[in-house]
Amino acid sequence: MHKKGLAGNTDKGGPAFVFTLYVTGNTPNSIRAINNIQEICETYITGQYKLDVVDVYQQPALAQQEQLIALPLLVKKLPLPERKLIGDLSDKEKVLKILNLGL
Amino acid sequence: MARSNSDKMVRQLEKKPTGIVGFDEITGGGLPAGRPSLICGGAGAGKTLFSIEFIIRGALQYKEPGVILTFEEKATDLETNVASLGFNLKKLQKDKLVWIDHIHVDRSEIAETGEYDLDGLFIRLGYAIDSIGAKRVMLDTIENLFSGLSNEGILRAELRRLFTWLKDKGVTTIITGEKGINTLTRQGLEEYVSDCVLLLEHRVINQISTRLLRVVKYRGSVHGTNEYPFLIDEQGISVLPVTSLRLDNEVSSQRVSSGIPTLDAMLSGSGFFRGSSILISGTAGTGKTSIAAYFADASCKRKERCLYFAFEESPRQIVRNMKSIGIDLQKHEDAGLLKIQSSRPTLQGLELHLLTIHKLVKQFKPRTVILDPITNLVTIGSMSEVKSMLIRLIDFLQVEKITVLFTALVYEKDNTVQTDEGVSSLVDAWILVRDIEANGERNRGIYIMKSRGMQHSNRVREFVITDTGLELVDVYLGPKGILVGSAREAEQLNEVTGVELRTHALSFKDRVLERKKTVLEAKIASLREEFESMQDDLNKTFREEELTNAIMEKNRQQAGNKSKPGKSNYGKS
Repeated sequence: MHKKGLAGNTDKGGPAFVFTLYVTGNTPNSIRAINNIQEICETYITGQYKLDVVDVYQQPALAQQEQLIALPLLVKKLPLPERKLIGDLSDKEKVLKILNLGL
Repeated sequence: MARSNSDKMVRQLEKKPTGIVGFDEITGGGLPAGRPSLICGGAGAGKTLFSIEFIIRGALQYKEPGVILTFEEKATDLETNVASLGFNLKKLQKDKLVWIDHIHVDRSEIAETGEYDLDGLFIRLGYAIDSIGAKRVMLDTIENLFSGLSNEGILRAELRRLFTWLKDKGVTTIITGEKGINTLTRQGLEEYVSDCVLLLEHRVINQISTRLLRVVKYRGSVHGTNEYPFLIDEQGISVLPVTSLRLDNEVSSQRVSSGIPTLDAMLSGSGFFRGSSILISGTAGTGKTSIAAYFADASCKRKERCLYFAFEESPRQIVRNMKSIGIDLQKHEDAGLLKIQSSRPTLQGLELHLLTIHKLVKQFKPRTVILDPITNLVTIGSMSEVKSMLIRLIDFLQVEKITVLFTALVYEKDNTVQTDEGVSSLVDAWILVRDIEANGERNRGIYIMKSRGMQHSNRVREFVITDTGLELVDVYLGPKGILVGSAREAEQLNEVTGVELRTHALSFKDRVLERKKTVLEAKIASLREEFESMQDDLNKTFREEELTNAIMEKNRQQAGNKSKPGKSNYGKS
């Protein structure tokens, strides 16, 4: 599990936004997804987020635990409620709407 | 992931046995090894069960671990469901023989935000396969993905990729699919899985359900194309091959007694062939069951086990009724030689009946099977269905070299036809018992319609049921035609009287003759007396003359001597 993004700055320790992005190696979808989420985070919530990018190929057991089927998958763990987004996140408007960002 | 498979394609298609009774027979070995097979059918057709059996039996019987990927039921539900079939999925999972993964896709939880693929599924499956070294995979029901994910284009492409990938992995896969309206599966999975497609159906006819299985296609292999009835019971699925494709059963020329010596005598003296099929048909109350019971009794007396299927009477009833004609079936039952299995025909479908018979036969290992009567089965199926069932049954029993006796009820109105569920052409021996009504009484006539491979009597016998048992009596063939019952008895009495009278008449004539003879002899004697006295008379005269002559001679000589001195005396006297 290699960490990307910034460890948050917020008041009480943890960052406001916690994401996990599950990808599959260097497939085009994965790369696009990583780029897209990073861009969104940097644009809207710079410094307030934590993003874990997980390569499922490296940890296949995770797939069952996390009920992974369609990839890439972005899980928004915080703020609650937890949301799941699949795809390369290229539909930016939809992503922003679901993540409650950019309003 | 991709592995070269060019080296394994030269050989003939390899098959993986499913372990499902009967299925491996109709497909000539099971499902295509290393390829995906599709099993489709409506709700409750038995798709999941079939697949699970494939996995579990594979793990247990063929030491091939399997992965169950379920999109519907949770692992715990699955465990409970198959526990009723006696499978312990929990243990199998612990032993690393089965891997269960429940895939849950909920559209409401997931938002789609662009291009994606199903790599997650591939990884999960790959991980599962590698963890236990699986050779078999089950996907139940993968179409559920279509309700969870909306991008059909991606899904279809991914499914195609999945099946190719599974093929490359060399695992034998079974995929279930819900039947669509005009297609085999709702999402047209048959397009992707082209090696083997099975269709399961559940039909209800006349409130009785029959499950049917059909091999729609099986690339690279011969297979039965019929609809095969199958059953689900506490031992899982059993498919019944309709008939073995060839008629090459071994036959026995050994004979078994029918239990009625006079009937045996009609059958060239020694009864039926072992392993043959016998049909006893007749109108109501003609004693079919009695003949069957006799046959059972004879079998048990030879210390051969007999399995009696009664569709009309309970075991107790049969035992009681047969006691009245002198057969003690209870004794055989206690000795474990006889088993009476009673069930109402409507209890279950024909196929289940057939399976029950199959199972009991396998369990009990009888040498004789009796079905009494087969006519009642018509209440649960059409004639042709009953016939097809009986063909299969006869076939099965013949392979096992079991003698089978059916009884069938003939309805009085069409006693010209006398065909019973059309099985008469299938059986080896056919005995007809019928009523002969005359002089205000009903009597039973028995005759042998056919008996393949042996001399048999063409005579009608009268069939008499007494307290001590069954008897076949020669009917009286007189100038007035066939006489049976009291008429026969009267005629027989008449005959006896006739004989008596005749002997009487004869002795009278003898006596008259004797008397005449004595009279004649007396006459002869008196005549002889007469003759003798006449002869005496004759002799007497004769003697007298001789005497006279002799005396006269003597006298003359004396006179001669006296006249010697004087010749003058010579001319005198």
